[in-house]
Amino acid sequence: MIELRDVSKSFTLHNQGGAVIEVMRGAALRVAPGECVALIGESGAGKSTLMRMIWGNYLAASGSIRVGETDVAQAEPREILALRREVLGYVSQFLRVVPRVPTREVVAEPLLALGHPGDEALHRAEELLTRLNIPRTLWGLSPTTFSGGEQQRVNIARGFAHPFPALLLDEPTASLDATNREVVLRLIEEAKARGAAIVGIFHDEEARARVADREVDVTGFPPARAA
Amino acid sequence: MTPLLSVRDIRKTYGARIGCTDVSFDLYPGEVMGIVGESGSGKSTLLSCLAGHLAPDTGSVTFDTRAEGPRDTVTMSEPERRMLGRTDWAFVHQNPRDGLRMSVSAGGNVGERLMAVGARHYGDIRETATDWLGRVEITEDRIDDRPRAFSGGMQQRLQIARNLVTGPRLVFMDEPTGGLDVSVQARLLDLLRGLVREMGLSALIVTHDLAVVRLLAHRLMVMKSGRVVETGLTDQVLDDPQHPYTQLLVSSVLQV
Repeated sequence: MIELRDVSKSFTLHNQGGAVIEVMRGAALRVAPGECVALIGESGAGKSTLMRMIWGNYLAASGSIRVGETDVAQAEPREILALRREVLGYVSQFLRVVPRVPTREVVAEPLLALGHPGDEALHRAEELLTRLNIPRTLWGLSPTTFSGGEQQRVNIARGFAHPFPALLLDEPTASLDATNREVVLRLIEEAKARGAAIVGIFHDEEARARVADREVDVTGFPPARAA
Repeated sequence: MTPLLSVRDIRKTYGARIGCTDVSFDLYPGEVMGIVGESGSGKSTLLSCLAGHLAPDTGSVTFDTRAEGPRDTVTMSEPERRMLGRTDWAFVHQNPRDGLRMSVSAGGNVGERLMAVGARHYGDIRETATDWLGRVEITEDRIDDRPRAFSGGMQQRLQIARNLVTGPRLVFMDEPTGGLDVSVQARLLDLLRGLVREMGLSALIVTHDLAVVRLLAHRLMVMKSGRVVETGLTDQVLDDPQHPYTQLLVSSVLQV
């Protein structure tokens, strides 16, 4: 479902003397439907970079990144937009929303974007918010003023609203208490059971051991070192 | 899929000075594209050329019309272009006073555009106008007030209602949230996002506000000195900018 071949990445900092920072070379990864692969490696090794290249907000310098039928490294913006609408979901560590939009609608949005009727989308959103223990009294409020853990759960609800065939999860259990952590792990297990291919970053080792089928150490994709 | 708008090699000069040059892109139905750049980068000139307010020196702006399919709007006759401007196109000015008739009531402002496309029944026009004022959150008891009596944010919402009442397929916006305070901006963004989704609109939004494009635009075009220096998915351009100017632009934003 997700297949990376020979992916490399470098950043050119034009306003800092044109410094070129090579961060990754020869990255390869393959995730089958129903499989969860955890990216590991120390901080700064490139876990998030690799994940962002799959999402398409970082440009790969070379190589191919196939998600379903789309090569994210080559695709036109509108093809990537369609991919993100239908195939590829992403739970990032940050919730970015239009201020003033109620939580219920924030969660329902991925479904509305796919053309699901409003009441059906909202119903699904409420189901997820209930499961993730977001109090009903907050559903009509914008999540911008919520606590870190609440925002994280809203973000997860949004990411799981549509049954994406491929999912990227960046620290989905960070800043969650034991109860909610359990809910999120169940959601991940359910997604796997329905055949989703998942790439995740989990600093929470127990969580990783429980949901990940394999680990891929990104420090194994080293940039070329100057001799 | 046929692009809704297909722009090729647009160039506009003011004497020896370049307004914009070598601009080409395709915009597809349902897409919102942001055009960003500092003051004087040529983004407003470009928008005016695309919307038919300025005649470009060279280039074509092909619009997929309902009746006749793709037509070059640069070479079509003035009456045809004006008809497009009243039906399938809408233009939201930065300053609502440029897009509204200040001496006509709010309801009249919305109704006028309906009459321009042939609506004649007073009851129907008033009903549609009331409906649209409601959609942009202007209450019914304000329908007979003139826009002069409205706040800046309300004027901007009224301008949007006036523009969208005829069900356009392409909306040009020049700094639609400029000059509004942030809470009003947020309300307008929410409104625009909902309208884009419900009506399947395509839009071109000129702005220098990167936070606005991050939330509103699918794609981004970065301009400097009249030229396009970078294009791509909005989050890609903002998170991994490639051009020196874009890197400068993104790194210059204050984090809040």
